[in-house]
Amino acid sequence: MNKIENNKAWFFVIPVFVVVAFSAVIPLMTVVNYSVQDIFGSDSAFWTGTEWYKETLRDPGLQAALLRQFAFSFTVLAIEVPLGIGIALLMPRKGWAASAALVLVAMPLLIPLNVVGTIWQIMARTDIGLLGWTLSGLGVDYSINGDAVDAWATIILMDVWHWTPLIALLSYSGLRAIPEAYYQAARIDRASRWAVFRYIQLPKLTNVLVIGVLLRFMDSFMIYAEPFVLTGGGPGSSTTFLSQTLTTIAVSQRDLGPGGAFSIIYFLIILAVSWLFYTFIMNAQKDKSAQQ
Amino acid sequence: MSWMHWTGPTAGFFISIALILAGMSVWQYFSPSIERKGFLPISTTRGDRLFIGLLTSAFIHLAFIGVTELHVLVATAVSVVWMIILMRWG
Repeated sequence: MNKIENNKAWFFVIPVFVVVAFSAVIPLMTVVNYSVQDIFGSDSAFWTGTEWYKETLRDPGLQAALLRQFAFSFTVLAIEVPLGIGIALLMPRKGWAASAALVLVAMPLLIPLNVVGTIWQIMARTDIGLLGWTLSGLGVDYSINGDAVDAWATIILMDVWHWTPLIALLSYSGLRAIPEAYYQAARIDRASRWAVFRYIQLPKLTNVLVIGVLLRFMDSFMIYAEPFVLTGGGPGSSTTFLSQTLTTIAVSQRDLGPGGAFSIIYFLIILAVSWLFYTFIMNAQKDKSAQQ
Repeated sequence: MSWMHWTGPTAGFFISIALILAGMSVWQYFSPSIERKGFLPISTTRGDRLFIGLLTSAFIHLAFIGVTELHVLVATAVSVVWMIILMRWG
């Protein structure tokens, strides 16, 4: 390593640094300050130390919400990623059909989150909703307000409908970026369709899939509006995810201390899981290129 | 700054994080870090190990607070030892 390093370019980063400081770092520091105090107003706050953290970590309701959140995030990832890749592989490559397919696939992404919730809420009604009416017509006892399994299935279906297009579009752009020469070489080798997918398309998709998986994990881990509109967290608390629990604590009850402690724990979990995903996928790639 | 409800301990915490980052930058300037493989399953630079150390320290604190009745400074002591091990052999 005899490279001469010139670090002056770092000065160009200063504007971004200032913006990030105001938009992320300072609010985060404020939350840390809130989480160790009991605040009654702008001038009366009492030091509580780690008390709120202890309360949050030992609350069975919050632990259950955390487990539900992980179950939800991993379920939607396990469905959306393979399904999105599959859709991208089936989408036409050129001509008017390609544009038409892109518009059709992108449609759900354009709908605001609470509207998605409303659409599915109406869709799930057994008197006028297409899904609910059909299912009850078939003799299925379907009710998102009475049955936890129904509510779960509907929320997962809604999330898959809303967000699979994101994975599909990312994969589609990744597939289009593969040079034709790879496919020609595969044809010369008489590679099977599966081999082309496994050894050409999937490795070339790794980078966009990293972004897709990270975005989908973070987004699904922070999901709020859609289940809130669809089920309101019910029946009982069977579909109450972390952000809804947090909103109840910090906004409805105005408990800034517990809300702050909860936020910090929430943030640390997202940070750790995202970092693990990123490191794991990036290292798998590095090992592979080292072998070749 | 009163809206942020600063307290001594949180101010101290953020000042020490800032000092660590500044210190790491100076260290990096005078002796650039070389990526290497220690007991961690991935090869890391000094900055990677610091990040891993800080993040795991946060979880060590949460584990101590959530599971045990020990004073939080015990968790801090464990974290410091872990940090040294990680920075040296990680």
